[in-house]
Amino acid sequence: MSFYPARRRRNSMWMGLSVAAAGFGLTWLFLILAVLFWKGLSGVSLDVFTQMTPPPGSAGGLLNAIAGSLIMTIIGVAVGTPLGLLAGTYLAEYGRYGKLAFVVRFINDILLSAPSIVIGLFIYEVVVAPMGHFSAIAGSIALAVLVVPVVVRTTEDMLNLVPNSLREAGAALGMPRSLVIQRIGYRAARAGLLTGMLLAVARVSGETAPLLFTSLNNQFWSLNLNAPMSSLPAVIFQFALSPYKEWQQLAWTGALIITLAVLTLSIGARALAARGTVK
Amino acid sequence: MTEIAMPQIESTNSRVETRVKAVKRFASGDNFFRRSTQGAALVVLLLLGGVIISLIQGSIPAFQAFGLGFFTTEIWNPVTEKFGAGAAIYGTLVTSAIAMAIAVPVGIGIAIFLTELCPPGLRRPVGIAIELLAGIPSIIYGIWGLFVFAPFMQQYVQPALIALFGDVPLLSSVFAGPPYGIGILTASLILAIMVLPFVTSISRDVFETVPPMLKESAYGVGCTTWEVVANIVIPYTRVGVIGGVMLGLGRALGETMAVTFVIGNAHKISASLIAPGTTISATIANEFTEAVGDLYTSSLIALGLILFMITFIVLAIARIMLMRLDVKAGR
Repeated sequence: MSFYPARRRRNSMWMGLSVAAAGFGLTWLFLILAVLFWKGLSGVSLDVFTQMTPPPGSAGGLLNAIAGSLIMTIIGVAVGTPLGLLAGTYLAEYGRYGKLAFVVRFINDILLSAPSIVIGLFIYEVVVAPMGHFSAIAGSIALAVLVVPVVVRTTEDMLNLVPNSLREAGAALGMPRSLVIQRIGYRAARAGLLTGMLLAVARVSGETAPLLFTSLNNQFWSLNLNAPMSSLPAVIFQFALSPYKEWQQLAWTGALIITLAVLTLSIGARALAARGTVK
Repeated sequence: MTEIAMPQIESTNSRVETRVKAVKRFASGDNFFRRSTQGAALVVLLLLGGVIISLIQGSIPAFQAFGLGFFTTEIWNPVTEKFGAGAAIYGTLVTSAIAMAIAVPVGIGIAIFLTELCPPGLRRPVGIAIELLAGIPSIIYGIWGLFVFAPFMQQYVQPALIALFGDVPLLSSVFAGPPYGIGILTASLILAIMVLPFVTSISRDVFETVPPMLKESAYGVGCTTWEVVANIVIPYTRVGVIGGVMLGLGRALGETMAVTFVIGNAHKISASLIAPGTTISATIANEFTEAVGDLYTSSLIALGLILFMITFIVLAIARIMLMRLDVKAGR
């Protein structure tokens, strides 16, 4: 009985620390967002979306960077998603407990959190070096390699949520397995699969490291996939480290645009997933 | 009679034939789909194999020129073409270690808050906020670190540290030198803030696997919340928490943009935490496009190979530990 006050004290001390940790951690994270909005919003104007990136010391916008980011992200996702979808289907439907599926699952999880800069080096070695120059294609391929593991993961998870009785009902009607997967599995997991794609887009659209030495950067308007292309993260990297006020302001504005895009995508994905799962 | 029956038989025959054809078509389509999914799964393996092979191939010239000394040499001189990974490896390990030392206790604290203490109405919003923050691109942390955090460190924190520990024998060398603002310590703190959401969300997911029955029984015999956490939740989820921490460590080791802005990019091993340093990823990001000469490029790729090997081992351990927890939870 005499231990009781001591135990109470210890409890409130540790729980107090836990609450303090929550307060401390969340404060920093919100501080970052607050500064980002504060500094970024002051530079938002129509010019940002209509002008090209300026030479040092003059005003301009981010149009070519935004376009470049969009193009490379779209190509990367368009290439990476089907591949990831098929591989995820294999893991969930055909492989399941097989040896190959086990190995692929393990390797995929490692690729999922592998440093993206290493992926950039890999693409440099296999695409940029043989081609002899930096190009938007190389950037898109690097992004595609980053998309694949995300889509594989979510596809497998979402197909695993589809009840087996649905598959069995399809099989009982005489449907071949591929049709059961395509017409029943994919359809039942549709919201989840779309969520996975959105998450992949969110993940890829802020990636900087793999683009630095694949698509490089381009100060001018260019839609040529075979030439270096500008992208928002690469421009932010270059402009933020420069001594020019105008460039630094554009870097903040660009950072705000990326953050808003990523947050919108992840909130959209979350809303979709919440609507898709019947609990 | 026969004239009437004939077409019937024929049509049955043709129906059987189309049926056979349809089944064949189904079978070949089925086979094609199965093969293509299998092929896609193999591509995932090929990707990893390709990464490893291309990095090894690219780093051969560097290892031929410098041998095993590459791992330990501190010199990094593009002019004389003498390269060593010592400073970069040191910087990577030190920044990640400090970041994890801060992020793990705080992250687990937040996870305990979320699973045990938080009012139910607040649980979801805070949890979602943490997960959203985990998705924010690392370059945002980098630009914030450069313009906001580094000046703050330079003006307030670092002078205070130097003044505070200046007379303490051992610690004076840990906080020695002028307050640059940028450097190993600043980079570590930003890494800690960046890894925090990862550690938090994994620990929370893992804590939620504890069967409510176990916790309720502990509360039933009169345990305090802290005793339940320390004696039930943490022992039950130890493997998973360690796995989650290793996953966060994997992120911290390979993190590029958040670090590159504030590390200072100086290739030297300094005892002082407030001195500028470098990490493997920051070196590659800063120098790769400017690297002239095969040996320079090859040395940078060799750095990439070392980074990939370190993170591969860390992530593999993390996955094995998380898998063990999955088996335990019967999933």
